[in-house]
Formats: sequence, structure tokens, C-alpha cells
Amino acid sequence: MTPQPPPPLGLLAELTHRCPLRCPYCSNPVELSRASAELDAATWGRVFREAAALGVLQLHLSGGEPAARRDLPEIVAHAAEAGLYSNLITSGVLLDAERLSALAAAGLDHVQLSVQDAEAQSADRIGGMQGGHARKLRFAEHVHAAGLPLTLNAVVHRQNLDRLPELIELALTLGAGRLEVAHVQYYGWALRNRDALLPSRAQLDAATEAVIQARAAHQGRLVIDYVVPDYHAKRPKACMGGWGRSFIAVSPAGRALPCHAAESLPGFDFPNVRDRSLADIWLHSEAFQRYRGTDWMPEPCRSCDRREQDWGGCRCQAFALTGDAANTDPACAHSPHHHLLDLAVQEAAVAGTDFIYREIKRPAVAEG
Amino acid sequence: MTPIGPATIPRFARGMRLREDQARSRWVVVGPERLFVPDEIALEILRLMDGTRSVDAIVDDLASRFDAPREAIANDVLALLRDLATKGVVTS
Ligand code: SF4
Ligand code: SF4
Repeated sequence: MTPQPPPPLGLLAELTHRCPLRCPYCSNPVELSRASAELDAATWGRVFREAAALGVLQLHLSGGEPAARRDLPEIVAHAAEAGLYSNLITSGVLLDAERLSALAAAGLDHVQLSVQDAEAQSADRIGGMQGGHARKLRFAEHVHAAGLPLTLNAVVHRQNLDRLPELIELALTLGAGRLEVAHVQYYGWALRNRDALLPSRAQLDAATEAVIQARAAHQGRLVIDYVVPDYHAKRPKACMGGWGRSFIAVSPAGRALPCHAAESLPGFDFPNVRDRSLADIWLHSEAFQRYRGTDWMPEPCRSCDRREQDWGGCRCQAFALTGDAANTDPACAHSPHHHLLDLAVQEAAVAGTDFIYREIKRPAVAEG
Repeated sequence: MTPIGPATIPRFARGMRLREDQARSRWVVVGPERLFVPDEIALEILRLMDGTRSVDAIVDDLASRFDAPREAIANDVLALLRDLATKGVVTS
């Protein structure tokens, strides 16, 4: 018998895949769900109550752009009733002062605003939306006026990493208490755009230095979360704190996933919250069980003393780069596929800067 | 930011909440992407942090309930609150 897994801490609720932006590194799957397939607010409410009973403390309301849903205040109210700490992960372009204060009144705890760059022209080009950056800056003011705490999230890559000092300045100007500097993770849309996004080693070192200095300079005022990206690392990260160990994502259509990117893994039948309770899914579903713990591990992980620290790294990255999700994450220097990362960095160094933007596929007529 | 001293009235930074974690039979401080698990003494201190009590008042309260020299308690309280302030959990 396998031992009971620990209770999950975090729930990521992807309320919709709709979004007015078109970021080329969007973490949504390449096959996006349509509005008609989305769970309704009452079902989300039930999922939140089940999550709280299971031990979840933190709820991330995400998307797509969660504010693309008209019933967002109702969903936030469900989260507050369930006693979850709610964090709205937003692009900020769809919420005016009035809609935001309705969310605050419904019990929202925290806002995380993403920006694409520190400089408007580049930010709008990366996000694929004219005027988007200016709207985000206005939105940050509304967040203040509503009395909500703010985290600024900056997804960084080759085309904006050199402006990290300006991004840190921006976080201070906007009054964010926390800045999350997130390197692009290369699966889904980002993998398609990898050549245009992978930073160089020199860029990365300069950025790391900028973070160290800023942390010291702004201690007690701005917390900066930053991790070295996989393509320049020797050891992988404990993706999601380990498969099925602390985290559940639920897709707009209700599929429960051990990681928001897992939907793209083949050979899975991910359970749906419409059919099963979250507790049943967490404790008994094959999908959550498959890479849980260490029993599934191949060598070199199986006999490695870090196996309960990083849990073998990221399954989605293993699949994206080696074709088998059960392999050791190639970000690990012990992986026989580790050289693929260096190769990608070298290829990207000589590649162009054009993007393939994310888009919802239109119903297509097959070409003859 | 002024460092936390005996007269400071400490409170949780915006977005930080002390709450019971029933599934794990403990108390935690929750924030965005962060979780702090106070030990028993830290929890006593955080529970007294209600946005009206000063550090001095918190120390007085603890000194009346626990069998330890006031000065030692004061040092512990200040050390904890200053540490939490650098982590963005507590503010003055
Ligand atoms: S990454 Fe960009 S495109 Fe994707 S949901 Fe966020 S803002 Fe929208
Ligand atoms: S071999 Fe596996 S467990 Fe060991 S460090 Fe690499 S990924 Fe982690």
C-alpha cells in the first residue's frame, strides 16, 4: 500500500483561457478551452469548499485572464466563504476601479499583476496588445485605492532581461510589496518560441547580480522572489513541490492536474471535478498517483540522495525535451539528456526575435 | 523603514494573515506564495499583535504569563519581529 499523500496546500483555479493578451510564453496549453466549456461559479464554489476541507490554504485565481469572467465577484465570494486565501493573478487590462472594488468587497486578499516589460513599447509588443502596459499602470493605482496588497510579476527572457533593474524600479514605483521575477518555462507556447526567448549566460549573470543588490537595498520594503532558470542550472527544481504533493490545478473545463502544464502530457486521463470530489481525485486518482513519491523514478534519480528534495524535477520538461515524462528532468546535470539544454542556448544565441503569438484556434476547414 | 523598537506598534503587513490550519493541526501566517509556521512562542507573540499593542505591551503581557525574566522576553520578541519585518511579514 502506498502511504497517504500529505494534504495539498495550494489550488490554482484557471477560470478561463480567454485573455486579451497574446503572450508568446503563455503557460496555457496550446489547445485552449472555449468559454462554453468553462465551469460555472457554483461549481467553483463547491471545488473551493472541497479544497479547504482537504487542507488547501492558498487559492490562485488565474486564467487566461480571470476578469474575462463576468461572475468573478461571485467566484471570489465563494473563495472567501470557504476560508481560502485568495490571490488574483491578472494582466490588469480588464479591471477598472469599480470592478476591482467589487472584488475587494467580495473578500479578495491579494492581487498579482503581470507586466511584460518595464518599457511600454516593448511590453505591448511582447503581450501582443496595443496600450496594454499603460492600462496595467492605471490598474496598479486602482489596487492601491482599493487597499489591496500587490505583487508585481515579471516574466523575463532574452528580450527584456536587460531591463530587470527598471522592472525593480517599476515595482517600487507601483508600491508592490513583492516582485516575482519568473523566468519563462519552456513548454507549450514558450517551447515554440524558445529561440526568441532563451537568455544568454551573460544576461542571466547580470540579472542575478541586479537582484542581489536590489534585495539588500530594499530590504523590508520589497521582497524579490527569483530563481535561476533551468536552462542554466545544474539541478532541477522541485516542480510544484513534487507531483501530487502540495498542489492542484483545475483547468477552465474542470480537469484536475498535478501541474498547470500537465494537460499537454499524453497518455493521461485527468479526472474532472464535475465527476469526482477533489479529495477522491487527490487521494485515489491514477493521474495524481503516477509520479507521486519516488517509486516511479528511473535512474539516476532512483539512487540519488536528492530524490526527496527535487522529486526528479519537472515531468512536463522531461516530456518536452526527451519525449518521455518519466525521465529525469534534463535540467539535472546527471540526466543523459542534459546537453540538450546547452544546445538550445547555443541555438537561441544566433536566432531572431520574432514571436509566434498565442491564439485560440478557430474552427478550421481542412485544406485539400 | 524605521527599525522595530519597544515603542513600535507592530502589525501584519498587508496581505499577511494569521489563521488556523485545521488539516495540519497548527497555526500559520499566510501570504501570497508564502507560508510561515510559527513555533509556540512565536505564535503567542503574533496572537498579541493586534495593531493596538506596542512591543512593550506585548512583552508585559508575556512576562505576566510566563516564568522568564522580562529582559529575556523582550529580546526574543524584538528579534522575532525584526526578522519577520525583513521578510515582509510584519510592519510598523
Ligand atoms: S501569459 Fe499573457 S496571454 Fe497568457 S494568460 Fe497571462 S496575460 Fe494572457
Ligand atoms: S538525479 Fe534526479 S533526484 Fe538527483 S538531482 Fe538529478 S533530478 Fe534530482
